[in-house]
Amino acid sequence: MEAFDPAELPELLKLYYRRLFPYAQYYRWLNYGGVVKNYFQHREFSFTLKDDIYIRYQSFNNQSDLEKEMQKMNPYKIDIGAVYSHRPNQHNTVKLGAFQAQEKELVFDIDMTDYDDVRRCCSSADICSKCWTLMTMAIHIIDRALKEDFGFKHRLWVYSGRRGVHCWVCDESVRKLSSAVRSGIVEYLSVVKGGQDVKKKVHLSEKIHPFVRKSINIIKKYFEDYALVDQDILENKESWDKILALVPETMHDELQQSFQKHHNSLQRWEHLKKAASRCQNNSKNDKCGPWLEWEIMLQYCFPRLDINVSKGINHLLKSPFSVHPKTGRISVPIDLQKVDQFDPFTVPTISSICHELDVISTKEEEKENGAESDIKHRTRDYKKTSLGPFVKVFEQFLENLDKSRKGELLKKSDLQKDF
Amino acid sequence: MQFLGGNRRKLRLADDQRNACYPHSLQFYLQPPSGNISLIEFENLAIDRVKLLKAVENLGVSYVKGSEQYQSKLEAELRKLKFSYRENLEDEYEPRRRDHISHFILRLAYCQSEELRRWFIQQEMDLLRFRFSILPKDKIQSFLKDSHLQFEAISDEDKTLREQDIMASSHSLGGVQLELESVYKIPFADALDLFRGRKVYLENGFAYVPLKDIVAIILNEFRTKLSKALALTARSLPAVQSDERLQPLLNHLSHSYTGQDYSTQGNVGKVSLDQIDSLSTKSFPPCMRQLHKALRENHHLRHGGRMQYGLFLKGIGLTLEQALQFWKQEFIRGKMDPDKFDKGYSYNIRHSFGKEGKRTDYTPYSCLKIILTNPPSQGDYHGCPFRHSDPELLRQKLQAYKIPPSGISQILDLVKGTHYHVACQKFFEMTHNVDDCGFSLSHPNQFFFESQRILSGGKDFKKESVQPETPQSKLSVQRSKDASSALASLNSSLEMDLEGLEDCFSEDSW
Repeated sequence: MEAFDPAELPELLKLYYRRLFPYAQYYRWLNYGGVVKNYFQHREFSFTLKDDIYIRYQSFNNQSDLEKEMQKMNPYKIDIGAVYSHRPNQHNTVKLGAFQAQEKELVFDIDMTDYDDVRRCCSSADICSKCWTLMTMAIHIIDRALKEDFGFKHRLWVYSGRRGVHCWVCDESVRKLSSAVRSGIVEYLSVVKGGQDVKKKVHLSEKIHPFVRKSINIIKKYFEDYALVDQDILENKESWDKILALVPETMHDELQQSFQKHHNSLQRWEHLKKAASRCQNNSKNDKCGPWLEWEIMLQYCFPRLDINVSKGINHLLKSPFSVHPKTGRISVPIDLQKVDQFDPFTVPTISSICHELDVISTKEEEKENGAESDIKHRTRDYKKTSLGPFVKVFEQFLENLDKSRKGELLKKSDLQKDF
Repeated sequence: MQFLGGNRRKLRLADDQRNACYPHSLQFYLQPPSGNISLIEFENLAIDRVKLLKAVENLGVSYVKGSEQYQSKLEAELRKLKFSYRENLEDEYEPRRRDHISHFILRLAYCQSEELRRWFIQQEMDLLRFRFSILPKDKIQSFLKDSHLQFEAISDEDKTLREQDIMASSHSLGGVQLELESVYKIPFADALDLFRGRKVYLENGFAYVPLKDIVAIILNEFRTKLSKALALTARSLPAVQSDERLQPLLNHLSHSYTGQDYSTQGNVGKVSLDQIDSLSTKSFPPCMRQLHKALRENHHLRHGGRMQYGLFLKGIGLTLEQALQFWKQEFIRGKMDPDKFDKGYSYNIRHSFGKEGKRTDYTPYSCLKIILTNPPSQGDYHGCPFRHSDPELLRQKLQAYKIPPSGISQILDLVKGTHYHVACQKFFEMTHNVDDCGFSLSHPNQFFFESQRILSGGKDFKKESVQPETPQSKLSVQRSKDASSALASLNSSLEMDLEGLEDCFSEDSW
C-alpha cells in the first residue's frame, strides 16, 4: 500500500473528489427518496479546509451542486449536521429564533481513547490489532441492542478513519426523536460509569437486566482471547493489582499469593472465578459470585459511549467516505456480516486508491489508446479500486432503506385505498 | 347541560345523561367545562379546590405518600369537600362535576407564574396519583381507554413468553407472580423514564410495562400536558383578567397558596429597630433567629443571608430607611467603611425594596423556597435549620433555645422524616407553650405573625392595615370578609358564562 503523506493531501483530494467519491450513492442516502420536500436542501454540512479553516452551515440544492462545491473547495474533512427548518446557507436571512434544527440520524461515536484505562498495548490515538477487538465487541453489543431492543432497522456502521467507529441510525422515526429520548437511549446503553477518580466503574444489581445479560454473553465469546491472551490483563503484579482494585478487600491476600503460583492470565482468571464463588457477601457494594466476574469483564470490555455526540440534534459528525487528514484512511462502511474480519489496517488510504486509479488508468489508456471519455470512467472509477467493496456495503444499506420506504408508502396507500 | 343561577329551579338531566358526562371518578381534564354557573358557585368551587390542594400538600409533608394514614386522611378531605374520589358510590355526578369545573377555574389563577404553576401541577399530580391508586383493577383498562391512552394489556401467552425477561427488568415486581400482574406494551419512547434507567424490558421498540410503572408514565403524561395547558392559559389570561368580576377573585386565590406572600405594606413602620433584638428571641422563626445572631456577632452576612433575612425584615414591617440604617449600623461595627457600604450594599437593599433596576418588589421567601433553593455552605447562615443543619448541631441549637429533651427528640424525628414544616411548628408550640399551634406553617413571616398574635393576647396584629388578601390563619382557606364583600358589591346573581373561558383552555392538542 502506498504510504500516506499528509503534504500530498491537496492533490490527492482533488483526484478523490473528481473521480472516486461516490456522489450518487451519497445523495441517494441523504435525499431519503425525496419523500419530504427540501430534506436534502435543508441539511447542514460543514467543511474543514486547508490550514484548518472551518466553515459551517453549508447546504446544497442537489447532487450536482454538492459535487461542484466539493470539487471547488476540496475539503480536508466533511461533517454532516442536522436537517433544519430553512436552508442552512441562508440562515442569516431567517428571523431570529426561527432557524431550528428539526431532524437528524441518531449517531454514536465509540473512541478507543476512552478505553485507555483498560488497554495495555496502546494509548490515546494509537490502535493495534490487540485492542481493536474492543471495537468489534462494541459493534456487536450496541448493534444487537439497537436492532433487537429498540427495533431500529437501518444502522450504518462506519470506521472513523483512525481510532474508532461511528454508527448512523437512519430510520424515519428515529430521525425525528427528541434530544431527551436520544439521551435516554445512551443511558440505557451505558454500563461503565465514572472518570479517572473512580476505580470500580461497574456495579451490577441483583437482578440483571436482559440487555446486560445479553451483552455479557457477547463479551464471553471474546474475553479469553482478547483479555487473557492479547491484553494479558493478569500478566504480572502491576497489571493484576488493577484487577484486585475491583475486588473485595477480603480476597486480596489470598489472590496475591495464588497469582504468584500460577503461570499465566488464563490460570489466574480461573482461580479468580473460583475464589469469587466462595467468598461471602459482606457489604452491599461488594458483590461476589458470578456478579464479580461479570463486573470485571464489563469494565474491561463493555462499550463506552460519548453522550454528547448522540444527544444533540444539531451535533455534527464526520461524514462516511470522508478522509482522515492524519492517517489518510477513508471512513468506510463496515459490513455487519463480517464485523469480526474487519481490519482497520487494511482500510484503503486516499493515497493508495489514488495510486490504484493511476495504475488502472494508465493500463486502460494503453489498451484503448486513450479514446474513452472521462465521464464513463468517472462513474465507475471507485469500483476499480479497493474502495469498491465498501461502496457495495453502502449500496446494500441504501437498498434496505428503499425497500422500507416502498413498504411504508404501500401501507399508506392501502389505508387510503389508492390503486 | 344548562344551569340557571340564582333563584330559578335547576333543570335536572336524566340519569344516564349525567353518567355519560363523567364516566369515571377521576379524569385528566382534557375538556374544559361548558354551561353557565353563578358567580357565587364559581367562587365557592375555586376556594374549595384550593382547600383541597392545600390539604394534599400538607398531608404530603406530614405523612408518607401512599401510607395508610395518608390515604385515609386524603379520602376524608375529599369527602368533606364533596369532590369525587371513588367509583361505585351513590350519586357521583355532582362531586365529579365540582371536580371538573374547579380544576379549570384554578388553572386561571395558577398559570400566572412559574412558582404557582409548579405548585399547582405538583398537587394535582399527587391528587391524581391517589385517585388512581384506589381505582379497582377492572376499571383501569376502561379508564385508560376513555382517556385515549394507547396502553393495551398484553395477553397471558405473550406474558409467559417473556416472563423471565420482564421479571429481570422491572424493579416494581419484586417477588410477585407475573400471572397476577397486568403488563402493558407501549412504544419505547413513551416510557422514557423507565427505559433510560433500564427499569423495563424492551423488545423490538416496545416497552413491556407492569401496571405499577404505568402509573408513573401516566403521571408524567399528565404533567407534560398540564404544563403546556397552563402556558397556553397564561397567554389568554389578559382577556380574562379584564373581566372585573373575575379579577379580584383570581388574585385572591393565587395569593392564598402560600397563605400570603407577606409583601403587603400593611405592617409598614410598626416595628422599631430597637425592638428587633428582643423580637428575634421571642417571635422569629429559628432560621431568622440564627441569621440575626450571626449578623450581630460577625457584623456581616453573606449574600444568601442578606437576602433571606432582609426580605423577612421587610415583611415584618421595616421601611427602606429603617433597613438601610439597620444594616449600615451593623456593618460599620464590623469596621466597614461607611462609603463602602453606601457603594456596595445600599444599592442592593434598595433593589430588594423595588427602588432600583427593574423595580420588582421582592417578596419574602416562603419556607419551601428556603428549603429547596440555594443550600448554605461553609460561612453561610441562611437556609432552614431543620433542613440544612446536621442533626447533632440542631440538637445543640435546640438545647440552647431551652427546648425540653422530649420536644427535641420529637423535632429530630420529624426532621428525619423530612417533615421540616411540622418540625418548625413543633418548635413554635414548645416556645409559645401551646399544644397546637393552630396553623399550617409555610412562611417565616407567618411564624412571626402568629407569634405576635399569641403574645399580644390573641388580638390580631395590626389587623386594620391588612389588605383584602387576608392572611390564612387556619389550615383551610377561609373566605375572608373582605373578599366576599368585594364580590357582594357585584350583583351576585350574575351568571358566569363558562364557554367564554373555554378559549383559554383549548387548543388542538390536549
